[in-house]
Amino acid sequence: MHLRLPAAWVTVGLLLAAAIAVPLLNLAVPASSALHVPTWVVSLVGKYLCYAMLALSIDLIWGYCGILSLGHGAFFALGGYAMGMHLMRQIGSRGVYGHPDLPDFMVFLNWKELPWYWHGFDNFTFALAMVAIVPGLLAFVFGWFAFRSRVTGVYLSIISQALTFALMLAFFRNDMGFGGNNGLTDFKDILGYGLQDDSTRAALFAVSALALAAVYGLCRWIVGSRLGQVLVAIRDAESRVRFLGYRVEFYKLFVFVVSAGIAGIAGALYVPQVGIINPSEFAPAASIEAVIWVAVGGRGTLHGAILGAILVNYAKTFLTGSLPEIWLFALGALFVAVTLFMPRGIVGSLSRGADRRPSPSATVEAPASTADPAAP
Amino acid sequence: MTHALHARPDKRDTLLYLDGVTVSFDGFKALNNLSLYVAAGSLRAIIGPNGAGKTTMMDVVTGKARPQAGTVLFNGGIDLTRLDEAQIANLGIGRKFQKPTIFEQHTVAANLELALAGHRGVWNALVFRPNGEQRARIDETLATISLQAHRDRLAGSLAHGQKQWLEIGMLLMQDPQLLLIDEPAAGMTDAETAATAELIRRINRTHTVVVVEHDMTFIQALDCHVTVLHEGSVLAEGSLPTVQANPQVIEVYLGR
Repeated sequence: MHLRLPAAWVTVGLLLAAAIAVPLLNLAVPASSALHVPTWVVSLVGKYLCYAMLALSIDLIWGYCGILSLGHGAFFALGGYAMGMHLMRQIGSRGVYGHPDLPDFMVFLNWKELPWYWHGFDNFTFALAMVAIVPGLLAFVFGWFAFRSRVTGVYLSIISQALTFALMLAFFRNDMGFGGNNGLTDFKDILGYGLQDDSTRAALFAVSALALAAVYGLCRWIVGSRLGQVLVAIRDAESRVRFLGYRVEFYKLFVFVVSAGIAGIAGALYVPQVGIINPSEFAPAASIEAVIWVAVGGRGTLHGAILGAILVNYAKTFLTGSLPEIWLFALGALFVAVTLFMPRGIVGSLSRGADRRPSPSATVEAPASTADPAAP
Repeated sequence: MTHALHARPDKRDTLLYLDGVTVSFDGFKALNNLSLYVAAGSLRAIIGPNGAGKTTMMDVVTGKARPQAGTVLFNGGIDLTRLDEAQIANLGIGRKFQKPTIFEQHTVAANLELALAGHRGVWNALVFRPNGEQRARIDETLATISLQAHRDRLAGSLAHGQKQWLEIGMLLMQDPQLLLIDEPAAGMTDAETAATAELIRRINRTHTVVVVEHDMTFIQALDCHVTVLHEGSVLAEGSLPTVQANPQVIEVYLGR
């Protein structure tokens, strides 16, 4: 409690500062200066920020409501595809085949017209809405059946994993109309600004940082409300919540849909910065990796998820660059180590001292609580 | 057997009306043609050896278990077998579990606030702030369960007996017509047991209460009508001395 509020302001402050400083240091400082931030770093860190937003969406449901989704990459990828479809339409007749409407891969497949579900994506506002609506809708349908049937714990994790795996197989198929295993790429510009331009890259970075700060604020608001208290109550004693008269399935559904929408936004910001979206984003391993970011940073803290995503991905960039063959072992070892030695993650371990400090009235008489195996 | 003990009362005068209820799990009859009638405003103790069906009876009333046969009515005519846990809770039936079930990561006050009677909708929860009257009710309940000094402590750090009281306090915040309390004195010291009996008698002044308990001293202190369950049906009913004198009861339960 003592730590939460300052940590929230520090997080928002750092993100706002980054949104201003990084583009400035990239664009306004000459390349010869030591303070200059090269464009590749801007894009790399921008990518980390998108991962951080995905981690935030996982922390919201896992850390606060106990829903461990091992398929959240699906919502991230769907948001990414929605943005990718818009960027494909923006290519227009500049594609290799020069077709005015059809993306290259459709021309290659001898398609004569745009499939119905591609309509509307030439409109930026429409595409932007779809970025959150498509993942949200899938989460609603999935959650409606899962939560109403009271699928919880490891069973929910497994079916969420199956969901993303099924989507990956579907998106690999050419006749799905999403570019098959090549996915969507060769993007030219966004809103008329060239995607290779430094200024566009810097702007995308700033938008990512601002969006992350806004989403962080939204999550903070949710978990700080009574709804957030109910979520934690569901996590800790679901049946008690039901017997108090709360419809647990509606609460889970709400937070799951919000989380999927956030993951979709993260995917949409990610795609223009990396320049490609393909079915590998649906891979189960990608979703599991995102869960590890949250575990490392500290679940149930929000800013821990952001920190974990950035640190683990920085390590990944570093290791896959210098020692590519050991990255997966390092990731596995990291997860085992965090589970064994730091179950509350980095942020959780740092704030434990503050939590443990007994309040004046709490020093005496607590004999039974130590016997509770569930107590952390 | 049941009907020989008691005439079936009018459904309309009975707050909780169970008639001919049977629940079986894989052929084992946890409740076997159980009939139990609880009048509004009464205090009822239910005793019986392990496996007699006490907890299953509460599961049926609160929507956690569905009976294969029988009638379960609340407040004159509401069929509880058609409703789920949340709907039943919102009708005015509160339940305390055998093992204290509270929200360990919330403060004592937050536990009570979550139980506070009122809207249970998602949107409402997003903007909810307790008003002065509701805060006063929290304070009042904290006093009733003797936890005023602990209001800002994490509930998980309370002693076992205090957790039991907190869960009873949460029931009070729900303000139900009927409280089902499963083994409130389990794991309590003698002094805590006596205080709990006193608390339940006080609650009974304004609520109908059904208590399941093993502890005879505690039942004695409640000084109320007792129902003895055995193998899923009612074996005997009456005051504690009456049922203790019943030879069948002595045989299955008391005479060890």
